[in-house]
Amino acid sequence: MKFTRNLTIGQYIHKDSFIHKLDPRIKLITALLLIIVIFLINTWNGFFVIGLYLFLSITISKINPKHVLLGIKPLLFIIIITLLLHLFTTKGEVIFTLWILEITKEGLLRGLFIATRLFLLILSTSWLTLTTSPIALTDGIERILLVFRIIKIPIPAHEIAMMMTIALRFIPTLMEETEKIIKAQIARGADFESGSIINRIKSMIPIIIPLFINAFHRADELAVAMEARCYRGGEGRTHYRELSIKATDQIFFFITLILILLVVFF
Amino acid sequence: MFIDLRNVSYTYNLNMPFETEVLKSINLSINEGEFIGIIGHTGCGKTTLLQLLNGLLEPTNGKILIDGIDIHKDKNKLREVRKNIGLSFQYPENQLFEETIFKEIAFGPKNMGIKGDSLIDNVKKAMKMVDLDYSIYKERSPFNLSGGEMRRVAIASILAIDPEVIILDEPTASLDPQTRNRILRLIKDIFKRYSKTIVLVSHNMEVIAELAQRIIVMDKGRIVLDNSPKNIFRNNVTSLEQIGLAIPQITSMMHKLRKMGKPIKPDVLTLEEAKNEILKIVKKK
Repeated sequence: MKFTRNLTIGQYIHKDSFIHKLDPRIKLITALLLIIVIFLINTWNGFFVIGLYLFLSITISKINPKHVLLGIKPLLFIIIITLLLHLFTTKGEVIFTLWILEITKEGLLRGLFIATRLFLLILSTSWLTLTTSPIALTDGIERILLVFRIIKIPIPAHEIAMMMTIALRFIPTLMEETEKIIKAQIARGADFESGSIINRIKSMIPIIIPLFINAFHRADELAVAMEARCYRGGEGRTHYRELSIKATDQIFFFITLILILLVVFF
Repeated sequence: MFIDLRNVSYTYNLNMPFETEVLKSINLSINEGEFIGIIGHTGCGKTTLLQLLNGLLEPTNGKILIDGIDIHKDKNKLREVRKNIGLSFQYPENQLFEETIFKEIAFGPKNMGIKGDSLIDNVKKAMKMVDLDYSIYKERSPFNLSGGEMRRVAIASILAIDPEVIILDEPTASLDPQTRNRILRLIKDIFKRYSKTIVLVSHNMEVIAELAQRIIVMDKGRIVLDNSPKNIFRNNVTSLEQIGLAIPQITSMMHKLRKMGKPIKPDVLTLEEAKNEILKIVKKK
């Protein structure tokens, strides 16, 4: 019985590589630029270049490509649905007829194009999360958000980052707990796999209530524990790990920028 | 009811980045009416083993037979397996969710298809087993109870299914000594009076030594020792110490007295026995 175990989205895999050591701000901005570019591209050549770029940076990061693909698996469903929708709804030169459904050449190309776009989007975000530890990631986000303060938009950067850190920290804990509660209720004869939709929704109650109660307890305890250690928000707080942009970061970003400009303008 | 594990192994996250083999070719049979204590360090695979016993996990390799039938051959039989083998998880109070204690305890038997008067009977009987007064507690919320009471309600919710085999994973974890002793006494009573098979998991050797008739010592996913408490504490003290498990303090003290030349039998397990042995020596003088 595997309930939640097959999820690798957002998982960080520690390896000793050049990509892992890059400054999280650089990686965040790179991922953001990649996402924008992937939306802007409308040629196969552009996709090819971005795909190659992602492939190379994943190879350099020493992460097993199998794990990257496993992370995409849960989203495969969305990709396939998109592909099918385009396949059957685009008008044009008919190449294949299936009952009342007509597959057109344009539809096939368009479907594949959108599917590739989705695939690359997921790939670029999982490239980021696979190679950046959650702590580095939120640290990076905090620093980027601080930029808003310079242009006089007060964003509680530290608080947002802290909330994200806590949320990320508790995802595995909550998943583990959900699994435990599900198992415990199954041991008490609960059935989550059969019956009508209404019954199935009802059968979620024995999972959701304990999960919430435990989560609230934990939140309460965490808040008290933080206060006990004099946590007072971001004002005047120093960092254990100071982020600094090194030469390697600059070179990496420079190459990425040139590549992106090439793809967008040619 | 006869449970038989043949060459069972279990791997978490099979074919995944964090693959770990937690159980390695386990062979184990549990006979009717036994009181088995399983002991081992955190992470030795105890909890996984328990989940295999009532079909919550499917072994990666090997077979689990109950009364000679492979439980994973026919998936429809699994519910029946779970009716007959009740499993109370660690910190079972974390699974409470109902408005009243009655509903909470009735959840299990109701799922197993027990209705009407026999449902009420089951709940009453289960509450009696854990020493909770039916008329006082039935309408109360399970969330307004002390830790010990919550634990007892949670255990009663398993007992109400009326399983033949009761598996308890650390039933006394993080309870105060008084509540702990009370729960242990209840378990002892349930075993004696209602003739159930009990599998108790703990990493407290005192608890296991006092209650169990047979001890299974686990280490790194394997069963290292499987014998009666007396035999284990008589013959396997060194191998226990190698794993890092201590023998009960009282046994260890009696071993020391024996080394000093006192005529004491080598398999004292409980305070009561120790008292009698010491009295014997004193009286001889």
